[in-house]
Amino acid sequence: MRAQFVLREIGIGLRRNLTMTVAVIVTVAISLALLGTGVLIRQQVETMKDFWYDKVEVTVYLCGEVSRRPSCARTAVTQEQRDQLLAELSATPEVDTVFYESQEAAYALFQEKFADSPDLVDNVSASALPESFRVKLKDPTKFEVVAAAFDGRPGVEEVQDQKALLQPFFRILNRVQFFALVVAGLQLLAAALLISNTIRVAAHSRRRETGIMRLVGASNLYIRLPFLLEGVLAGLAGAALASGAMVAVKVFLVDRFLKPTFAFTAFVGWDEVLMLIPALFLTGALLAGLSSFVTLQRHLRV
Amino acid sequence: MPDRSVVWDSVIRLEDVTKSYPTSSRPALDGVDVAIGKGEFAFLVGSSGSGKSTFLRLVLKEEVPTRGHVHVAGNDLSKLSRWKVPALRRSIGCVFQDFRLLSNKNVFQNVAFALEVIGKPAHVVQKVVPEVLELVGLEGKARRMPDELSGGEQQRVAVARAFVNRPMILIADEPTGNLDPNTSVGIMKLLDRINRTGTTVVMATHDAAIVNSMRRRVVELEDGKVIRDQERGVYGFGG
Ligand SMILES: Nc1ncnc2c1ncn2[C@@H]1O[C@H](COP(=O)(O)OP(=O)(O)OP(=O)(O)O)[C@@H](O)[C@H]1O
Ligand SMILES: [Mg+2]
Repeated sequence: MRAQFVLREIGIGLRRNLTMTVAVIVTVAISLALLGTGVLIRQQVETMKDFWYDKVEVTVYLCGEVSRRPSCARTAVTQEQRDQLLAELSATPEVDTVFYESQEAAYALFQEKFADSPDLVDNVSASALPESFRVKLKDPTKFEVVAAAFDGRPGVEEVQDQKALLQPFFRILNRVQFFALVVAGLQLLAAALLISNTIRVAAHSRRRETGIMRLVGASNLYIRLPFLLEGVLAGLAGAALASGAMVAVKVFLVDRFLKPTFAFTAFVGWDEVLMLIPALFLTGALLAGLSSFVTLQRHLRV
Repeated sequence: MPDRSVVWDSVIRLEDVTKSYPTSSRPALDGVDVAIGKGEFAFLVGSSGSGKSTFLRLVLKEEVPTRGHVHVAGNDLSKLSRWKVPALRRSIGCVFQDFRLLSNKNVFQNVAFALEVIGKPAHVVQKVVPEVLELVGLEGKARRMPDELSGGEQQRVAVARAFVNRPMILIADEPTGNLDPNTSVGIMKLLDRINRTGTTVVMATHDAAIVNSMRRRVVELEDGKVIRDQERGVYGFGG
C-alpha cells in the first residue's frame, strides 16, 4: 500500500467535495458537542452528589409540646425516649455518627441564620423549634433504612432526608441531559446519513477512476480506502471542533460564569473534560468510518 | 470447426456458457464453447448485439455466466472467491473503444495509476512507465494531457496502461472503433507486437479490413452463438 498515493487521492476527494465535506464536519461537530454536553451534565450531577452527599444528613426531629403528629401524642419527647432513640441510632449499622441538637442550639442557629430579620427572631422562642438528632450515614443513599426504623416511633416527630432537598435540582439536570442526549442521537443519525450520502456522491463523481482501478486489478481495500479515510478525516475534524466547544464550555460557562455565580457547590473539573475528548474523537471516527464503510459496501463493489 | 476443447494449455476456455441478462429475454451468449490458447491472437466478430462484449466481460468476471463455466489461466471463475478477482484482473490488460483515460492526469500519470493502485513501489513505476511508453511510441509525450493527444495517441496510452503490468492476456473491445483506418493500422501493429511477446490477445471488432489483413483466428458470434471459428480467418463471407 502506498501511503503517498492514498493521501493524494484523499486530498483530491476532499477538495472536489468541499461543500459536502464542510457540511459533514459541522454536523458531526454539533452532534458530538451535544453528546459531550450530555455526558458533562451527567458528570456534573455526579460531582454534585459527591460534594453534597458528604455534607447532608438525616435529621430525626423529636416531638415538642406543639407537635401535632400522632406519634407525639401531644407531649414532648421524654428523657427516656431520647436516650432510647440515641442508643438505637448509634447501634444502627448504617449510621456513622449521631449528634444531638437541643432546642436551645437550634434557636441559636436560627438567630444566626435570620439575624437580618429581628422581627422574625423576636416572634419565635426556643420552645417552638424542635430538638433533633443529626445523623450522618456511612452510605448517604441508605436513608430508607433509618426512616423505616425511626419514623412514627414514640417521641419522633419526623425523619427528614436533606438529600431530598437536592432532588428537584438533580431532576432538572437529568431532564436537560436527557434532552441533550436525544438531540445528540438525532444529530448523530443525521450525520451518519449525511456522511453516507457524501460518500455516495464522491463515489459517483469518481466512478471513472474507480472503474479503471477495478479493471487493472486494484483490491477492494485500495479502491475504498481513500473514501473511507475521507469520511474518517471529516469525522475527526468534527470531533476536533466539538472538543474545542467542550473546552470553551469549561472555560467560559463553568469556570468564568457558573463557578463565581454559584460558589456554594462543586463543578465538573478538567479531568472530566479532558477524558471526554478522546471519547469524542473515537465516536467521530467510528461514526464516520462505519457509515462510510456500509455505504461503500453497497455502492462500490468489485 | 476445429475442436478447441482439447487444447491443454488454453488460457481462456468457455464451456457451454450461457449468459442471460435479467432485463432481456434472449440470452446474450447461448451455449458458447471456445478455448483460446496461450499466445494466441483471436478476433471476436459479429454484428452489434451478438455478444462480443459480454464474452469479454465474462472473462474479466465483471459478469458471471447463467450456465456453464469460464476458465481463465487455469482458474474456474465460478469457484474464484471475490477477493481473488483483483489478482485475476491483474493478469488481464483491457483496452476499450473509448480509451477510458483520466482527463486530469497526464500520460505518464495515467499509466502510472495502473501500477500505483495495485501497490507497486515508486521506483518500479519510475522505471517501468517510460519503458512501456517507448514501446507504444509515446516517448517524449509523457507530460501531455489526454486532451492534447490525437485519438490514436490516446489509444496508445490506453494500450500502455493495459500492458504496463505485463499481463498474460490482453483484451481489446473494439479498440479501433473510434479511429480512422491509418491510425487503426498503427494500433493493430502495436497489438501484434504485444502478442509476439507471448501475450494472448482477444479483440472484439467490427473492422473487416483489419481482420482480413491480419489473418488470425476468427470467432464469429451471432445472437450469442458461435457460428464460425477459423484458424486463419477473414471477417465474414461477403460481410
Ligand atoms: N447490462 C446489460 N443488461 C441487459 N442486457 C444487456 C446488457 N449488456 C448487454 N446486453 C444485451 O446483451 C446482448 C449482447 O450485448 P453485447 O454488448 O455483448 O453485444 P456486442 O456484440 O458487444 O455488441 P456491439 O458490437 O454493439 O458492442 C445485447 O442484446 C444487449 O442488448
Ligand atoms: Mg460491444
